[in-house]
Amino acid sequence: MTTVTTEIADAPRRIRWADMGPFIALALVVLIGTLINTNFATGTNIANVVTRSAFIAIIAVGATFVISSGCLDLSVGSMMAFVTGVMILTMNRLEPTMGANAILVGAGFGLIVGALCGLLNGLIVTVGKIEPFIATLGTMGIFRALITWMSDGGSIPIERALRDPYRPVYFGNVLGIPLPVVVTLAVVLVGAFILYRTKYGRRCMAAGSNADVARFSGVSVARVRTTAFVIQGLCVAIAAICYIPRLGAATPTTGQLWELQVITAVVIGGTLLRGGKGRIWGTVAGALILEVIANLMVLSNMVSEYLVAAVQGVIIILAMLAHRFIK
Amino acid sequence: MTRANVDPTQPALRAEGLGKTYGAVTVLSDVTLDILPGEVHAIIGENGAGKSTLMKLLSGHVAPSVGRLLMGGSAAEFPDAAAAEAAGVVLVHQEILLAPDLTVAENLFLGRELTRGPMVDDRAMNRRTAEVLASIGAHCHPRDRVGSLPLAQRQLVQIARALLEPRTVVIFDEPTAVLANDEVAALLDVVRGLRARGAAVLYISHRLDEVEALADRVTVLRDGRMIGTWPAAGLTQRAMADLMVGRELGTLYPPKRTLPAVEPQLVIDALSVDHGAVQASLALRPGEVLGIGGMIGSGRTELFEGLMGLRPSQAARITLGGHEVTHRSVRDWQAAGLVYLTEDRKGKGLLLDEPLATNLTLQALDSVHPGTRLDHAGEDRALDRAVETYDIRVRNRHLSAGQLSGGNQQKLLLAKVMLTDPAVVIIDEPTRGIDIGNKSQIYDFIDRLVRAGKAVIVISSELPELVGLSDRVLVMRGGRIVAELTGDAITEQNVVYAATSGEGHEAEPQGRAAQTYA
Repeated sequence: MTTVTTEIADAPRRIRWADMGPFIALALVVLIGTLINTNFATGTNIANVVTRSAFIAIIAVGATFVISSGCLDLSVGSMMAFVTGVMILTMNRLEPTMGANAILVGAGFGLIVGALCGLLNGLIVTVGKIEPFIATLGTMGIFRALITWMSDGGSIPIERALRDPYRPVYFGNVLGIPLPVVVTLAVVLVGAFILYRTKYGRRCMAAGSNADVARFSGVSVARVRTTAFVIQGLCVAIAAICYIPRLGAATPTTGQLWELQVITAVVIGGTLLRGGKGRIWGTVAGALILEVIANLMVLSNMVSEYLVAAVQGVIIILAMLAHRFIK
Repeated sequence: MTRANVDPTQPALRAEGLGKTYGAVTVLSDVTLDILPGEVHAIIGENGAGKSTLMKLLSGHVAPSVGRLLMGGSAAEFPDAAAAEAAGVVLVHQEILLAPDLTVAENLFLGRELTRGPMVDDRAMNRRTAEVLASIGAHCHPRDRVGSLPLAQRQLVQIARALLEPRTVVIFDEPTAVLANDEVAALLDVVRGLRARGAAVLYISHRLDEVEALADRVTVLRDGRMIGTWPAAGLTQRAMADLMVGRELGTLYPPKRTLPAVEPQLVIDALSVDHGAVQASLALRPGEVLGIGGMIGSGRTELFEGLMGLRPSQAARITLGGHEVTHRSVRDWQAAGLVYLTEDRKGKGLLLDEPLATNLTLQALDSVHPGTRLDHAGEDRALDRAVETYDIRVRNRHLSAGQLSGGNQQKLLLAKVMLTDPAVVIIDEPTRGIDIGNKSQIYDFIDRLVRAGKAVIVISSELPELVGLSDRVLVMRGGRIVAELTGDAITEQNVVYAATSGEGHEAEPQGRAAQTYA
């Protein structure tokens, strides 16, 4: 039996190029940017790009969980707008009595609302046994209609008195690092810990990889998936908290089409859309790639910035083709 | 089915010095064999002996590294499977590769639809399909949706698809791996029919009883080499098994144990499973192997999936170790000390893309990793122990489960459920599609389990296994437990008789069973 044991002794793990893909692509895009535009590699521009990508990155971390567990959430963009609206209304209502503390309470309430929105999605999918695509298509419409109704088709601005104390959450920095970037980093680290280092993460992958195997192994697929949707809702709320001071208002177009950017970031980051394989850091690289490209198109005049979405579309297709050929 | 231009005195297909290497690894070397028109030529060997590679070389799915093929005496080259099929050589795949949402006829003609003008000619396709189905004795209708057919019928559709065009050489890759006994008998008749019509049949199977019943000649492969070709008439199953493993095989089944007179561990009273089992009752004692026999579709798997809470079910009363069981889920059962090994190890047992350690600990996550965090070192130790205890043979522990051979997958699955330290183990098809060496190890393992006082239920379609392992056998038919066999009454004939003969069922002539399991 000893021969057998030595036979399986650890062979060195090979570097998998397919897993490095998103990071190589990001490096390439940054390199190209530096070469074609002198303004690109400046500190302020880089900080700007990374800060702007924070919202998509934070939401995409949640989406990595949902997609890894074998589901999909189309409602994140509308949910973002809805949670933003609810939070601003709460903060405005509390401001006369609580002053700047209204921001903290409002943010806390926003996290609860986000988690509940996620729970709703999760329960429709798992208890209602409705395809995630259809279920979240439905809630996407509901959240979007709610924000439009709440804002009466216009916008919900935050109280003037709250603007100054809230401002640093988007515009401030810690040791020179913009605060939204710090928040993103924290979300990513926690997300990576949960997905790679906890039993929940393992169960999440199992449910996405093969739900039957998970079921037969005593894993509650419904609970795992519902939890993933709740994590998604929390991520949306965190993104909303960072987003409010940027524009100071929620409107019916807040977060519009973000679901597509989020799914794009997740997929070019190497997560399998059919589930079973999640790549949190790849997701972050994906979000950065999207933002860097948009930034480059605005900076340089080679391609109209109206074509940003088209270029992003090309990127996702190229990424998938590259993935296939590396394999 | 013979083509007119084939010279009957020449082998329909001949391989000369055929071999295949991948990089530095030789998986098959120097195979020379003839397949004659009108003969069934069986290929046997353990898993990894090179059978599948040989099939793929002969059918154009893989190009040989050395050697050549001849058809009817002249050289033939198959750059791909389509070329081989055009030349009249077809491989009937082991896996079921059909589109479940299309009809039988649509599947048969997939990619080669008959047309009339710009329209597909459904009527002609259905007619032709009905002919082919009739010729192989399949009872499904051309317009049946394939997904609604039982597994055995789908296997016949797969064969029908291969036989749509005239074929000189038909290669079967373990066609009976998923079939129950009566279905096997029907399939063997199909093969005999092909032979009678002059086709050259190459037949790969793990089931030596089938080979003995069917083959004219037998070629044995071992470790990628050809050991030789023998006329089947002079070979017993034992001789074949000895040739496959290259050593004298000890008794395949462990000796029967004496049963202690103790209270039952598991008592099931009137368990009914929706679309599966009706009012099934049984008791299982510690130290006992209880066999569950019956045809596929008799409700065996459904009964135990229902017991596990994996299907909707109702029971009057179920007790485990004297305590009444109220909540039935895989998790609850596991906590109470009962586990179920699925028959479908690829679909429901293992995460094929995940590494061994992930699979091993999936069911026992809470005991292997006591905290919230994953304990990777503990997981590695668990894998080391499992590899040693269950003799799982892998080159590299980072391989994914899907890269293991069937036998090693089955051992990994066994290791996975045993990691939860159960007192009662229910094993559905313990040795389906695995070679004889691994089988014997699994039998020994089951024997050790019951000797250690555990209770084991074995559900099996393989009669020799059921009879060889079980202390007691319950036979199911139409969702009910219809017979209990003990002691000397546990014979293949009795199991087959109970499984097939009764009200509402066509009586299975015992002669055919005897023929299949001669």
